[in-house]
Amino acid sequence: MQLTNRSKQVSNKEMTLAEKMYLPAILQGLGITISHFFKKKPTIQYPEVKRYLGPIFRGHHVLKRDEQGRERCTACGLCAVACPAEAISMVAAERVKGEEGLYREEKYAAVYEINMLRCIFCGLCEEACPKQAVYLRHDRIVPVFTERDNIVYGKDKLVEKMDDRYVRNNPSVQATPTEPSLSRSVG
Amino acid sequence: MDLTILLTKAIIILVIFGITLLIATYSTYAERKVAAFLQDRLGPNRAGPFGLLQPIADAGKMFFKEDFIPAQANKWLFILGPCLAMLTALMASAVIPFGDSIRFGQYEIPVQGIEINIGMLYIFGVVSLGVYGVMVGGWASNNKFSLLGAIRAASQNISYEVALGMSIIAVLMMTGSLSLRAIVEQQATTGFFGWNVFTQPVGFIIFLVCAFAECNRTPFDLPECETELIGGYHTEYSSMKLGFYLFAEYINMFVSSAVISSLYFGGYHFPFAAQAHDALVNALGANTGHNVATALGTVVFFSKIFFFIFFFMWVRWTVPRFRYDQLMNLGWKSLIPLAMLNVVITGAGLLFNFNYATWIVVIVAVLMIVVSSARAPKGAVAVQRT
Amino acid sequence: MNELLTHFKQISATGYLFWGLALITVLSAIVVVTARNPIHSVLALIGTFFCLSGHYVLLNAQFLAAVNIIVYAGAIMVLFLFTIMFLNMRKDDEEAKTTTAKIAAVIVGGTLLVLMLGIFKAAQVGTYNPTTFDNKTGLVENLGMQLYGEYLLPFELASILFLVAMVGAVMLGKREAGDRHF
Repeated sequence: MQLTNRSKQVSNKEMTLAEKMYLPAILQGLGITISHFFKKKPTIQYPEVKRYLGPIFRGHHVLKRDEQGRERCTACGLCAVACPAEAISMVAAERVKGEEGLYREEKYAAVYEINMLRCIFCGLCEEACPKQAVYLRHDRIVPVFTERDNIVYGKDKLVEKMDDRYVRNNPSVQATPTEPSLSRSVG
Repeated sequence: MDLTILLTKAIIILVIFGITLLIATYSTYAERKVAAFLQDRLGPNRAGPFGLLQPIADAGKMFFKEDFIPAQANKWLFILGPCLAMLTALMASAVIPFGDSIRFGQYEIPVQGIEINIGMLYIFGVVSLGVYGVMVGGWASNNKFSLLGAIRAASQNISYEVALGMSIIAVLMMTGSLSLRAIVEQQATTGFFGWNVFTQPVGFIIFLVCAFAECNRTPFDLPECETELIGGYHTEYSSMKLGFYLFAEYINMFVSSAVISSLYFGGYHFPFAAQAHDALVNALGANTGHNVATALGTVVFFSKIFFFIFFFMWVRWTVPRFRYDQLMNLGWKSLIPLAMLNVVITGAGLLFNFNYATWIVVIVAVLMIVVSSARAPKGAVAVQRT
Repeated sequence: MNELLTHFKQISATGYLFWGLALITVLSAIVVVTARNPIHSVLALIGTFFCLSGHYVLLNAQFLAAVNIIVYAGAIMVLFLFTIMFLNMRKDDEEAKTTTAKIAAVIVGGTLLVLMLGIFKAAQVGTYNPTTFDNKTGLVENLGMQLYGEYLLPFELASILFLVAMVGAVMLGKREAGDRHF
């Protein structure tokens, strides 16, 4: 069976003198390594330069608003059910008079929390949502945390800001936090 | 008169000491950079511009780590180990001639710690003592892996010292002196193709291999072989004691590079050095011209040293580690007989005033390689028995 | 006592160096004998060799000093240390010396002491002739001339002795046919 066409037949034949001396082989090896010395390095200087990870990257969650700025989420709980890591929890509440500008449906999520330690960024919540309310942004990653009480993200961190709207596949916002001019395509 | 000599000597020794430490410090940085570049990475580049402050950050880290001494360890010997390693490493650079001489009025000060007529023997003696640091530290740790590392270091150093000494003997026979300065001057008089690397190619290769083994560098770093012995002799060490061991390794590398450069590559001599010296003396006056020429020679010497330090690293990231029996076979069954043959042929060559006699060994070796590869069965590759 | 004081007042820096070295030599030699831990004993022996090399340098025998360090301190003592490291040296393993052994040791040591004292008393301490004395005999070139000139026969005999010892060592270490392959 051959897995790759790079496999080599191993043999323990008698070595020739040149092979016994090691030196030619070592010189050959030195040649190989020094050729790598002058190669262009594929490293991307991460915090300064970030790679574009593609339009379907699953990063930071966002609770969408509609065109009039109303929250789309209706607290149906389908995302929580779909979540394989059980990271999502919510408390539903009924919209009262005067809140029509805030919430799109009559029921809304008063509390919506995602535990970022549990979340595996599978995107099943996004698929499960019947209201197109929850998305995983392709242009932002969940930042590193240092405090344990900072990792349950509430609505304050999840709901979309009106001045920072998220559009999937928006070519002008091509970024997983990236300066595309500086990033190099790899592979 | 005595006091001036003592003072200048003290200054020179301090300067050499400082330079040795500085180079050792930046060797750690260079090692990581070279390793990274050979592996298509960038290496440390966060601390300071191009990561140049990295060694200082490392040293700071080393200093602030907990200095742990195992409960069952022999406390005093445990402390003595790294001290010995550092001491022997630092001692060797005293006799290396870093340059010709500096002239102040009627004074002429050689750019060298001390000029003794047994310089090469001194270096050889100090190098042979280097193993004590490893052995004492490894034994005092009271740890099986440390002990195994120490024992490996001891047997390896003793084995390769023999071949090292033999290869030096051929050079000494050509020069007729044990003084490193005399060896360098002799190469300077015979010109570029009189450098010992051209008259002693076999001796140079033997010396280089043995220098790798004496410095415990890959492919001979079995004493600290991490796949088998965790850290070898420094398994139990932490903080600056570990730092001393690592530092001693880099100082040894610097000293070996310096010795290789002065034994085989003409030291501070470079092609057309005499003409350059004359031109500078004519242009700048006797003293200044001479001093500038000396500085030029020192710069050349240091560039040779840096090349060899780079070579040490280059080989480290190219060649995998030898197995222990391979190491011993190479030392005892190949290098020592070859070194003896080299001595004999050099002696015969000197008898007939022919300096390039050892090329016979090279030519014979090449012929044998050609014959043996011609006789090797082609194509038919025997399948490995299972 | 006063004599010693006046002596110390007269001698030069080299003299002080000699006395200091001599003191360290004797001290480390005593440690070699008295140390309970064999490793300490070996390390003290290495120290003794160093001091001896210092004495050689004071006698202007630099070659001898360097070779002493290379051969004894650098190679032979490493092998000593090597062997001792393999030994298990826990306190309770140490076998108690029997009374007979102690008495025998005292007798042998005492006899040796008496013998040495007798020899030193009877022996003629060599003097030197200031007119023919050459303080450069110990340097490499002169030593080589002496060894390969006047003392050629003993030198070559010694080398043959070493060769025989080496062949013997190889023979002892050689694996015979049928031996287990480790």
